[in-house]
Amino acid sequence: MHHDCLHVLLADDDKDDRLFFKYAIEELKIQTFVTTVNDGVELMDYLSKTENQLPDLIFLDLNMPRKGGIECLKEIRANKLFNNLSIAIYSTSGSEKDIEESFVLGANIYITKPNDFTSLKKILAEVININWQYHTSGLNKENFVLSI
Amino acid sequence: MKLYIRYNINTTCKSLLQEQLDKLGLTCELTGLGELELKNGISADQHNQLSTVLKKYGIEVLDDRISSLVQKTKDTIIEMLYLEEKLPPSKVSFYLAQKLNYSFGYISNLFSEVTFISIENFIIMQKIERVKQLIIANELTFTQIASKLNYSSSAHLSWQFKKITGLTPSSFQRIIKKRRENNGSNAEKELM
Repeated sequence: MHHDCLHVLLADDDKDDRLFFKYAIEELKIQTFVTTVNDGVELMDYLSKTENQLPDLIFLDLNMPRKGGIECLKEIRANKLFNNLSIAIYSTSGSEKDIEESFVLGANIYITKPNDFTSLKKILAEVININWQYHTSGLNKENFVLSI
Repeated sequence: MKLYIRYNINTTCKSLLQEQLDKLGLTCELTGLGELELKNGISADQHNQLSTVLKKYGIEVLDDRISSLVQKTKDTIIEMLYLEEKLPPSKVSFYLAQKLNYSFGYISNLFSEVTFISIENFIIMQKIERVKQLIIANELTFTQIASKLNYSSSAHLSWQFKKITGLTPSSFQRIIKKRRENNGSNAEKELM
């Protein structure tokens, strides 16, 4: 049994989105610890530093300056060290093509960003909960795909 | 008028615990913060009673027995889905109660408290995991998979699959296939 908390990392260049995300996560029952970074370059920096604790779940915004979500996704999936990370794509685009491409490149979750805070909370609650089940029940992450 | 009081939370807790334990006839020693050493063990019944009384005071009994029962429940569900050639026709609640020797209500309450998911949803999630594996293994038709896992029809299974994963079974299959091809070609590149 794991009693530890879930470490979540968000990479998003929008300050308001980062705040809403934090508020929404704070209200969940599952103990969650949030780290945020402002873009893909910062994210890869964070992950490459050994003194930083690796997150269990990363939320990646698709459109970020300097380095976008897809590029990060490719880099993360190419590195065996990060095999255990779940990756959630967090995007305003809900196109079938983007969704499928992200999954093929190794994303586990695809979230179409909702417009209101209530839906955001609901979606994040579901994502965190399902990820928690994968985390605590030894489920096969290779087959973990969720589009929401 | 106002009356001013000062209290020592530690002493309050200790005497409260002692009182309640005495009431249930349990001999014990308070070994430290948040830990009790029971002299003669505790029955499941006493454990329930104690948890209920203490809950009123905002004290929660954390117990390995609980985590181990929850773990056992998970194992039993997974075993049922993976080892049985076909799912038992009886309701899963009967199956679990019989295998674990507790009432389904008790198991179910504990389960959602510890795991943050209801047993029903956990089973659905595990069933869909099993479906994913069977789809990838590509040995059974979709209709056969539905029947093996007690779905009334393949349409029902498709609906539940889409509800849980957000994808249709066929797009799931396509994604996994492409992902593997993708990984395969990356591995080749690395070799070259």
